[in-house]
Formats: sequence, structure tokens, C-alpha cells
Amino acid sequence: MGRRRNLPIVALAMAVIAVQLLTAAAGKPQYLTQLTMAGYYSLVIVGLTLLMGYTGQISLGHAGFFAIGGYTSGLLTTYNLHPLIGQIPVSILQACGLLVSGKDLYGADLLVVRPWAACVVALLVTIGIAYLVGKPVLKLKGHYLAMATLGFGTIVYKVVLGSSLVGAADGISDIPAFPLFAGLVVTGKSALRAQNYYVAWGLVLGAMALLTNLIRSRVGRALRAIHGAEDAANAMGVDTGRYKLQMFVLSAALAALGGVFLTHYNGGIGPSEASVMKSVRYVAIVAVGGMANLWGALFMGVLLNFLSLRGSFGSYDDAVFGLILLAIMLFAPDGLLRAEFARRLPGLRRGQKAAP
Amino acid sequence: MSLLVVKDLCKRFGGLQAVDNVSFAVASGSIKALIGPNGAGKTTLFNLIFGALLPDSGQVWFDGKQTDGWKPHQVAAAGMARTFQHIRLFPKMSALDNIAVGRHVHSRAGFLASMLGLPWTRREQRAVREKALEIMRFLGVEELADGEATSLAYGQQRIVELGRALACEPKLLLLDEPAAGLNMRETSEMAKLIARIRDTGVTVLLVEHDMTLVMNISDEVLVLSYGEKIADDKPLAIQKHPEVIKVYLGEDDA
Ligand SMILES: Nc1ncnc2c1ncn2[C@@H]1O[C@H](COP(=O)(O)OP(=O)(O)O)[C@@H](O)[C@H]1O
Ligand SMILES: [Mg+2]
Repeated sequence: MGRRRNLPIVALAMAVIAVQLLTAAAGKPQYLTQLTMAGYYSLVIVGLTLLMGYTGQISLGHAGFFAIGGYTSGLLTTYNLHPLIGQIPVSILQACGLLVSGKDLYGADLLVVRPWAACVVALLVTIGIAYLVGKPVLKLKGHYLAMATLGFGTIVYKVVLGSSLVGAADGISDIPAFPLFAGLVVTGKSALRAQNYYVAWGLVLGAMALLTNLIRSRVGRALRAIHGAEDAANAMGVDTGRYKLQMFVLSAALAALGGVFLTHYNGGIGPSEASVMKSVRYVAIVAVGGMANLWGALFMGVLLNFLSLRGSFGSYDDAVFGLILLAIMLFAPDGLLRAEFARRLPGLRRGQKAAP
Repeated sequence: MSLLVVKDLCKRFGGLQAVDNVSFAVASGSIKALIGPNGAGKTTLFNLIFGALLPDSGQVWFDGKQTDGWKPHQVAAAGMARTFQHIRLFPKMSALDNIAVGRHVHSRAGFLASMLGLPWTRREQRAVREKALEIMRFLGVEELADGEATSLAYGQQRIVELGRALACEPKLLLLDEPAAGLNMRETSEMAKLIARIRDTGVTVLLVEHDMTLVMNISDEVLVLSYGEKIADDKPLAIQKHPEVIKVYLGEDDA
């Protein structure tokens, strides 16, 4: 039974390896940079697919969660605590091994939070904010929910744009690399390009494995029920408010994870990551991927982000995503890669036949 | 022994007293019918009992617990299930998956265990599927299992919705016009089905306009008119009740 279930994940893993080998063979390793970035954006997209496509709750604020993750980690790993040495809180952090010292470009002493700790804090902060925002906002439906999440996204954008602490319009730069484990480092250094490609896609594979399990589970069925008829789901014993909130927080945490890693990969983050256009882009990709189609969203997300990052859309970048959204809503509101199509792929069938 | 006791329940919508000081009880193991002209407040009463609406005043006691003010999912967990006057199946889901949602309160895999695909969650999933199939067999519709629920014929949709409620293994089943939209043959089959469900030990409270069905299977009949209870008695007595006759004849005149 496990084999069949895991088939799509294994296929994705093989595709990831094949792409890396192909780029190496073709002498185009620079493509891996865009594919790595597209991988991190995919984390936002697959989470949002579960929230929007399966649970039926739209969010026009997910760029906000991505940015909260990236900015929190970026700020903590660049904010110099050296002048505060001797203060009790700093001493405690130091004693716990959460700080790391170094030198800046001009040789001055630096004392900053370790990337691991910063990453954990960034995720916890995002989860907390998603909980506080989601709790009241998810009581709304349809375009009221869209407008409320849009409001949240706008606030995040304006806050990072206006705060000198996070570099205002310039954002944060010189964000250090993020050493993971066993010598793996999240960094944009071209020598470590292939390694970083595998780190990003390892995360995507992990997220896909977890989320495909989720949609086939009792929880996934309850989420689809909420989408279809919330009152009936509630009458069947589904705590609809709690499930919607948990899904919202989960998708926000995935967005933040993408934000943290991409920020360390790029060595910086700017306010455009928090912009409403980014949120619209994520929604457009979920829609064009088929709404309730995790694999379709992943595929379209990688394709469109790759093209966008390579500059294929020129100065019409944002316009392209607006156009996609407009066209989808007009001609195929269920999304382009329909769920019907996905159901025909092996291992993706919903009525999981309990194979021996 | 009463499984459900409703005391002095009131609900007002703007200037309209939809449910006006209604009290009644449903005996364990019985079928009670709730009848009355359109707009009498029957569905509103169901919504109040189930927690889908909050009463202005009055109490609901279910299985020894005071449940007014509870949310529907809490009421469901306590052992009540319902169907809807206007069928509320989950679209884009198979009939089997629809019924499987009814197993929600009897299974427990949450977000984390489900994402990790822990072995016990898979066993639980198989058990849910088995139980849902068993219910479809009981209802004689197992061949519909893989069809999209909302694309089925109307009569089949009513049966699937009933199956979804049965999957909750409720102590009390609320059925809001289970025979609405069904033809004569389907209606009499529905009546037999409801009697069979009662025979398995489930208490039933149902709203229905089909008088043959009501009089044939009910142990007691409650009559509502303009939100007020005007009679609550055995079927034979109800048929002779002067005020009930007046309400029903009056409706015919209008
Ligand atoms: N949610 C609601 N808001 C306002 N009025 C309602 C609501 N639900 C029902 N009503 C009104 O309450 C009265 C009783 O409705 P209902 O309970 O549906 O009657 P029945 O099921 O007996 O036909 C009707 O006049 C109806 O229009
Ligand atoms: Mg009604």
C-alpha cells in the first residue's frame, strides 16, 4: 500500500535529480538558481492550494506571511547585538549558544542570532500572527475574506516599507548563509549551487509528502467537506472553525519557511516580497494549477516562477499574472489543470482503494 | 425515558415569532413526527435543537445534558445527526466520501498524524471506508459508492444524505422532509427505511408533509402552526383533533 501511495513523490524526486543532471550535462548550471528560488516559492503555493483549493478559504495575504518569515530571520541574523554585550538578556542568549560572533565587511565586531534559532523564531512568529489574524478573519466568507486578508497583506507591506529597522525601501541585505547540518549551507554562492538546489527541492518533496498524506486523510476529507457545504460539515461533527484556522496557520507556516530559506539563499529580502502583487501571483498560480490540484499547482508554480525569474515576461511580469488570473476566472474558474485530470494520474485517486 | 426534551423554546426573526414557546419530548426508541403548514417553524425548531441557531429563550436537553448554546459539531459529538430539507451533500466528492465524513466523530486522526501518515491513521481510514460501505449496503445503494454524490438522482441523493447521518451512529436522528421530491414508490421505500432505522435502536424526529408516511410510521405527532404547538399526540388522535383539522383545512382554503 505504501508503495503506491508514494509513487508520485518518488517520481518527483527522480525528476528533481534528472533536471539537475540535465542542466549539468547541458552546461547550464545557472538554471539551478532560478529552480532553487522557484522551489522556495512552491512552498507558499502548495500550502495556499490546500487552503484555497481544498478548504475553500481564499487568502490575498500570503506574501505577508512569506515576508514575515524572511524579514524576521533576516533581521535577527543581521541585527548587531555586540554593543549590548553584558546586558542580561544578551548574556542569557549567549549562554544558550543562540548567538554567533563575527566581523562585518569593515572588520567591526558582530554579534547576531544563529540562523537556526532565527529560523525557529521566524516560524513561531509567523504561526502566532497567522493565528491572531486567522481567528477573527476566517469567520468571514467569500469576498469579505478576500478583502480582509488583502488588508492584512497591505499592512505587512506598508510596515516593512516604512520601517528603517528593516531597511525601509531597500530591505535587508548582507544576510548570512544558513548552515543546516552535515555541511549543507543555504547560500547563493555559485560553487554550492547544486547543493542548494537539492536543499530547496528536498523541502518541497517533504512538504508534498506531508500534504498529499493530508489530503487523503480524515482531515483532508473534512477540509473538502468544509469547502462544499460548511454547515453540513459542522453538523457532521467537524469543528469547522478550528479546521479552517489550523489549515490557515499551516499554510502560513509553509509560506514563512519558504521566506526564511529564500532570504538566506539570496542574502537579502526587500519589500516587494510582501507586496500585494506577490499575493495575487500566488493566487493566480493556485488557480491556473487547478485549484484543488496540488500537483498542478506545483507544476504551474515552478514553470511560471522559473519563467518570471528568468525575465521571460520582461516588464510585463506582474501583468502576466494578472492576465492569468483574469483569464482563469472567466474561462475556467475551476482551474486549468482540472482535478479530473489529476484523478487519472496513478496514485492520486481520491477513493484510495485499500490495496494489500 | 425521554432522549430529547425541549422546554419553552422561542425564536424570533425580526417581527416574526418563528418558534413560540414550544415544549415537547421524544421518547427513546420512538419515531416522532413534526408536522405543520409551510412556514410553521419546523426547520427553525430543528436548527434550534441542533445548535445551528441560538434560541432567544428556552432549553434543549439531549441525553441528559443541556445542549442549548452548543455548536452543531458539539451536538453531533454528543450523538445527534441530521439531514437537511434542501439536500446539503458535499459536491465534488463521491457518495462514499460523503458518507465517510459522517464517521468524523468516530475517528480521531488530526493534522499532524494525518500528514505523517502514521500507520494507525491508515488503519483508521480503512475502517472508516468499511463502515461507510456497510452503511451503503444497509441502504441498498453500494453500487453508487464511487459516483459523485451531487450528480446522483434526487432520490439517491436523499438516501446518501441519510447514509451520511447514519454514519454518525446517532442516538437521535433529525430528518427534515426526507421524502420531499420523491415519487410514491420512493416515498414508501423511505418510510420502510426509517422504520428499519428505528428498529436498530435509533430515535427519530422527522418533519414530513406526506401524511401516509407520517401516520404509518410515527409513534407520536407534534403539530406546529405559526410557531406554536397546537397538538402533540398519537397519530389516530391527531387525525381527529379539531384544531389540527382546522389548520389543515384552513390551509387548503387559502
Ligand atoms: N434564518 C432566518 N432568518 C429569518 N427568517 C427566517 C429564517 N429561517 C426561517 N425564517 C422564517 O421563519 C418562519 C419559519 O420558517 P421555517 O422554520 O423554515 O418553516 P417550516 O420549516 O415549518 O416550513 C418562516 O416565516 C421563515 O420565513
Ligand atoms: Mg422547513
